[in-house]
Amino acid sequence: MKTTNIMIVGVGGQGSVLASKLLGHLLITQGYDVKVSEVHGMSQRGGSVVTYVRYGDKVYSPVIDKGQADFIVSFELLEAARNIEYLKPEGQIVTSTQQIDPMPVLTGAMNYPEGLLAKMQSLGVKADALDCLKLAEQAGSSKAVNLVLLGRLSHYFNDIEPEAWQEAIRFCVPPKFLDLNVKAFELGKNA
Amino acid sequence: MKQLMQGNTAAARGIYEAGCCVASSYPGTPSTEITEEAAKYDEIYCEWAPNEKVAMETAFGASLAGRRSFCGMKHVGLNVAADPLFTVSYTGINAGMVICVADDAGMHSSQNEQDSRHYAKSAKLPMLEPSDSQEALEFFRRAYDLSEEYDSPVIVKMCTRIAHSQSIVETGERQEVPAKPYEKNIAKYVMMPGNAIRRHPVVEERMRRLQALAESIDINRIDEGSSNAVGIITSSTCYQYVKEACGDRFPVLKLGMIWPMPDEKIKAFAGSVERLVVVEELDPFIEEHCLTLGLKVEGKSLFPLEGELSQNIIAERLMLNVPEGLKLEEKIPARPPMMCSGCPHRGIFYTLNKNKCTVLGDIGCYTLGAVAPLSAMEMTLCMGASVSATHGFNKAGGKNAVAVIGDSTFMHSGMTGLANIAYNQSNSVVIILDNSITGMTGHQQNPTTGYNIKGDPAGKIDLEALCRAMGFSRVRVVDPYNLKECDDALKEELSSGEPSVIIARRPCALLKYVKHNPPLKIDTAKCVGCKSCMRIGCPSLSMKEGKAHVDETLCVGCGVCTQMCRFGAFQEGR
Repeated sequence: MKTTNIMIVGVGGQGSVLASKLLGHLLITQGYDVKVSEVHGMSQRGGSVVTYVRYGDKVYSPVIDKGQADFIVSFELLEAARNIEYLKPEGQIVTSTQQIDPMPVLTGAMNYPEGLLAKMQSLGVKADALDCLKLAEQAGSSKAVNLVLLGRLSHYFNDIEPEAWQEAIRFCVPPKFLDLNVKAFELGKNA
Repeated sequence: MKQLMQGNTAAARGIYEAGCCVASSYPGTPSTEITEEAAKYDEIYCEWAPNEKVAMETAFGASLAGRRSFCGMKHVGLNVAADPLFTVSYTGINAGMVICVADDAGMHSSQNEQDSRHYAKSAKLPMLEPSDSQEALEFFRRAYDLSEEYDSPVIVKMCTRIAHSQSIVETGERQEVPAKPYEKNIAKYVMMPGNAIRRHPVVEERMRRLQALAESIDINRIDEGSSNAVGIITSSTCYQYVKEACGDRFPVLKLGMIWPMPDEKIKAFAGSVERLVVVEELDPFIEEHCLTLGLKVEGKSLFPLEGELSQNIIAERLMLNVPEGLKLEEKIPARPPMMCSGCPHRGIFYTLNKNKCTVLGDIGCYTLGAVAPLSAMEMTLCMGASVSATHGFNKAGGKNAVAVIGDSTFMHSGMTGLANIAYNQSNSVVIILDNSITGMTGHQQNPTTGYNIKGDPAGKIDLEALCRAMGFSRVRVVDPYNLKECDDALKEELSSGEPSVIIARRPCALLKYVKHNPPLKIDTAKCVGCKSCMRIGCPSLSMKEGKAHVDETLCVGCGVCTQMCRFGAFQEGR
């Protein structure tokens, strides 16, 4: 099987580490070779963060290069747009509609670009956008955006059984937050 | 059991399986997690040392006493530890000693992107270079056997992409290695000229034996290719990029042992292909070695000296297909890292900027004091340089200079600079930003925090007493959340005509035990939209419809912005 590439993008502290851990575990249980790559340190202090998840029969590079991503899973609209050059022309974006102003916008030096979703769609990419923050709060915590996004992403993996996703959630989430996270996943999936 | 494991976690597992008993390191991205993960094994005594030189000497002492030992550091840390490195090459070891150095091509979290492979060559030590997590585990484990067989410390070189990528690993069992008895051996372990002169030929002979090993060792291997139009020599993460870009098209000589190099193997490989290409990040280390062998080789004529490589760069330079990325015609605002909401460093940098100080800075989260809108740091070089450079700046007649250094960095390399100020008498002002943790690398304890790597109570160095003992009579502590107190202290110390230390003390706002205030509120009737509060660069603050706005999900109620506002628009939250 050809390698499938998933990029998870967002802002430091939004929960992409759990998302990539869960995906990694899920894909291993499906028998794939898997590589997950992220960068720690300076980039985490409220800056842009990118995590690469790659799986297939044999995965070599730990990173995804331009024009290679099958999916961009995005916690924040601007970050999806920032990384769009990594997406394949036929690729799929799954994004939260949340907008977080970066420092140049906070200080008034720049404006947050308007109509980003439509602009991305005008390039011919498929974009699945939903208010993940609202759904996460509905599930019980604004921190569960990651599970809402994964729930939505699960739509595009018809060959993976729903029970495998559930097992991956149980493996990666502490028991006391399990119900909340399962609910967030289902809300994203059924939105 | 097969599991997904980060390179650093796999390295720690390799150390564990090899029977390592003592690990001493200083945190540094991307190497930090190796020692953090090793600390989870009760069989390994682990510690954070004040700096890399101390860590390496500690590991050497443990090896001398007969236990397999480890020290880990980032590339610039190896500069600090270079002194013991070059001579431990002469003494050799007793029990196995392994040194990890983690490079950061692309400078994701570093001040330079030096290539550590040169250290192996110049210190005359073997160096292994894994290319994924499984190899990290195996190479670290095998490094101990090599170390003992060749009476040499072994360096294992990681890089950001190996250290922080997860790939599938199969673990093994720990091998319990009995302690080797320590034996007095002055000729081997006391490196004064008469002894060192006799040890140098031993080092050269060892390198000859290691070179013979390099020819036969299985980690220097050839992957066959379908066309011999090109033959590629590579190692580390570049191997993965090459395989991604080329598949099995071209033969690849993959070097798992990067120093010493297998000359005969390289020559035979070169002879079997039409065109020899070296793919390596940063310096032309392998390429230049090929040139010394008289080979016709391409490397840096194709690939950059700077930054990381990737599958697309390799495909492009080898004229293979490169996927086209999408282009969005839109100016995307940058999202640089910044000081967190409630960061105790913010108030100090605002005060320094307000007083137009020339701030000579250091390495840590507070380096972000150089970023707009604070823009309050004018120099960052290396660990500890703030203190020594401020002394030099003042000796040369510089005005209004202030050194700014964190607690962990001060323990690492700031103390010696402070000794120079006390001894050679410059009226330098040093601000120690004591946030009671090593912040940037992800909250490691240090000698001023009172806790060890496992979070258990440990020795605690009293910064005030230390500075006074060095001869500073002016040592004072301020709360960086209190702008007036900081401003008064700075003005007084700059005009005091004496060397002084200001300790700005407040724990990192991200520490779990730190209690936060409720988020602040804006009284929009009072806010005139003057944007004074925007000058502190707080991520919780923005302007909405001409008025200041507080992001309630981020604000921790530190109150620094409240002190910026002349109109009393900020109100305490509930």
